[in-house]
Amino acid sequence: MAKVTIDGVEMEVPDGTTILNAARSVGGDIVPPAMCYYSKLEGSGGKCRTCLVKVSQGSTNDPRPMPKLVPSCRTTVMDGMVVENITSPEVLEARKGVVEFLLINHPLDCPVCDQAGECDLQNLGYKHGAAATRYEEERRTYKKIDIGDKIKLHMDRCILCYRCTYVADQIADGDRCHGIINRGDHAEISTYIEKAIDSDFSGNMIDVCPVGALTDKTARFGSRVWFTKPMDAHRDCENPKCSGKVVVWEKGEDILRVTGRKDAYHEVEEFICNTCRFEKKKVSDWVIEGPRHINNKSVISANHYEHLKDIKEDIVKYQKQIATNINKA
Amino acid sequence: MGRKLLLEHVNVPGIETLEVYKKMGGYTAAEKAIKTMQPDDITEEVKKSGLRGRGGAGFPAGMKWSFIDKKSEKPRYLVCNADESEPGTFKDRYLMEKIPHALVEGMLVSSYALGAKTAYIYIRGEYFYVLRILEKAIAEAYAAGLLGKNIFGTDYSLDLHVQIGGGAYICGEETALLESLEGKRGNPRMKPPFPAISGLYASPTVVNNVETIAAVPHIINISGDEYAKIGVGRSTGTKLISASGHINKPGTYEIELGLTVEEFIYSDEYCGGIKDGRKIKAMIAGGSSVPILPAHLITKTANGEDRLMTYESLSDGGFVSGTMLGSGGLVIMDETACIVRHTWTLARFYHHESCGQCSPCREGTGWMEKVLHRIEHGHGTMKDIDLLVDIAKKIEGNTICPLGDASAWPIASAIRHFREEFEYHILNPEKVKDPKHFAHEPFVGSNVQNA
Ligand SMILES: Cc1cc2nc3c(=O)[nH]c(=O)nc-3n(C[C@H](O)[C@H](O)[C@H](O)COP(=O)(O)O)c2cc1C
Ligand code: SF4
Ligand code: SF4
Ligand code: FES
Repeated sequence: MAKVTIDGVEMEVPDGTTILNAARSVGGDIVPPAMCYYSKLEGSGGKCRTCLVKVSQGSTNDPRPMPKLVPSCRTTVMDGMVVENITSPEVLEARKGVVEFLLINHPLDCPVCDQAGECDLQNLGYKHGAAATRYEEERRTYKKIDIGDKIKLHMDRCILCYRCTYVADQIADGDRCHGIINRGDHAEISTYIEKAIDSDFSGNMIDVCPVGALTDKTARFGSRVWFTKPMDAHRDCENPKCSGKVVVWEKGEDILRVTGRKDAYHEVEEFICNTCRFEKKKVSDWVIEGPRHINNKSVISANHYEHLKDIKEDIVKYQKQIATNINKA
Repeated sequence: MGRKLLLEHVNVPGIETLEVYKKMGGYTAAEKAIKTMQPDDITEEVKKSGLRGRGGAGFPAGMKWSFIDKKSEKPRYLVCNADESEPGTFKDRYLMEKIPHALVEGMLVSSYALGAKTAYIYIRGEYFYVLRILEKAIAEAYAAGLLGKNIFGTDYSLDLHVQIGGGAYICGEETALLESLEGKRGNPRMKPPFPAISGLYASPTVVNNVETIAAVPHIINISGDEYAKIGVGRSTGTKLISASGHINKPGTYEIELGLTVEEFIYSDEYCGGIKDGRKIKAMIAGGSSVPILPAHLITKTANGEDRLMTYESLSDGGFVSGTMLGSGGLVIMDETACIVRHTWTLARFYHHESCGQCSPCREGTGWMEKVLHRIEHGHGTMKDIDLLVDIAKKIEGNTICPLGDASAWPIASAIRHFREEFEYHILNPEKVKDPKHFAHEPFVGSNVQNA
């Protein structure tokens, strides 16, 4: 086990845990934002740089600070490590820079984007970004393409987190046909010559996409998310690899959309198959369990569901943290 | 005359052939090493020599070799980085083209020292004709029993392959190179793990520059101690410098580290002074990534000491008044050069070459290029200058690989030392519309006057 301190909060985690996961084990504001890391996708992380933190003490044995900010999603803790996240002005400044970089070429077409309301980039920009852009140049654009008949790729919105390519590689079986072509800011997600992705699990790309670059064509423009009601539901899925545990997004009597069940960090608990996601849109297809607890701080949680309970938990937690800090001082 | 090791025989006719190379003493180091020395003894000699990596970072070669994971059951690999794509650097090409066996012998000795049975030379796509030269040399070496099974009748065997890249600067970054060599997209890897632990095919690997590897046989021939006597302090041995720009004699030169910058630029043995007797304006000492220096900081450091061609002296003053030896790509600009145009050109290069994995470099390089384009063409505003400084600052240190830093340093340093020239572009939009504006009417800022 290793003892780590993040923003003054002490915790003990198993060796080999990353700083990000250590922070997540406690939760709250000490958790750095993560736009590319996805715990269920091997090799993910390290790219977006939103999770950069400062290591002001490397370990008990080697207390020297690390010379540069490090990506918390890919840096493992050491016993005695001291990490600064939101308590470091340097980290906040770098993060503000990263948010600006992610936004300069982003179309900011939230009013017509299906992801609005559950978009990690929206949330990130709201929390860490600047109010106005300093970017005067033209934004890059691509044409929209269909990846098969169920998924739409809107490359203008992509932040190149690479998550969907890991899904294609690791979750959706079949040939490796989805990846990144070209370099730099002209890089794009693509299948080989717009080839359809033919796999029972390809729909999970939509769930892992932190922005509205990959959307569900069977639900596109159906409704703003905050007008739909997320319900936990399950069915006996015939696919042995699929748990059949989903969230159905209802509006009135209709199911507009089916997704995986996302946790507080917007990661799905289990990947689901394309039949559950795209084909089962009738209430009678599902056993409805009850309202989904949306923990993620976003437009939806701000308007709906258990928000007050969330705040209460937070307050209790902060009170405890403040008390520990005062005791230490 | 400084001592020559790498290029001593460069003008001997036929030196590219095995026959002539051997006649000039070639492969004696390999024979001595493989027949009479233990692998660790060779690493020890390289450590004693003080040889530092010639690819840019200047990391001590012997130390890098000693990090290789000896406990691993996996095969070990030596990979030579011949991607040489940094603007201003062309020394590896010269060496490989003229004396290909120098690299082959270096690979043999170094592979033996590391216990590698397979080694690769990764060469940039544009060096296609050099690939042919190397392949010929390797075929000769195989035919003569210098590569392949039971070299010099010992039980040491080595296979050496050359792999050509697709022509991407980023594939010179060692982990991107390894990805590319494995047949994948050339994206740099996250470190740690370092290649010495998990490199090519997740096996212990050493990546070294062409010149670093080619220096090893000379160290074996003259001994590490003797090699360490050449040079000054921690800058030992000889170094190839690619000299270009507004000088009378551009070309590749071998210098003893410790030579003064003044002598290198102005003596007839090397660059032969500035073209047409014009005034010097700026110098890039070590390839396009290193900070640019203004006239008054080229031959003297900020303390008024002579600036030497060493790792330490060139970086004297940090990034405030110093730079880096880097890969030894030295570019001189005279008073007719436009620093803004030059900086824009470099920004365009880094924008084009960013792999796009991490957001600060992917987005920042393009942004900086666009702002510089605006300033150079007379559409900039004063606040663009500070914007550039801020973008550069937000990239530097926050990326996966040093390409991000390499894109930020030239811009930050150009503004640090030549701000007046950027301001001139903003204040005189009509004059700078002519792309050769300073060739007709040189811009003499305070930096040139101070020289
Ligand atoms: C973007 C980038 C490009 C590079 N290109 C080269 C190159 O073309 N040749 C080279 O030897 N090293 C290059 N390097 C440095 C290598 O990563 C590595 O440090 C070097 O090959 C190690 O060899 P050395 O220790 O012998 O110098 C590059 C580094 C970066 C970040
Ligand atoms: S499409 Fe979405 S998941 Fe894929 S790289 Fe872009 S932002 Fe990431
Ligand atoms: S710094 Fe640039 S080149 Fe290096 S990994 Fe990041 S995006 Fe790629
Ligand atoms: S989440 Fe760590 S770098 Fe993207």
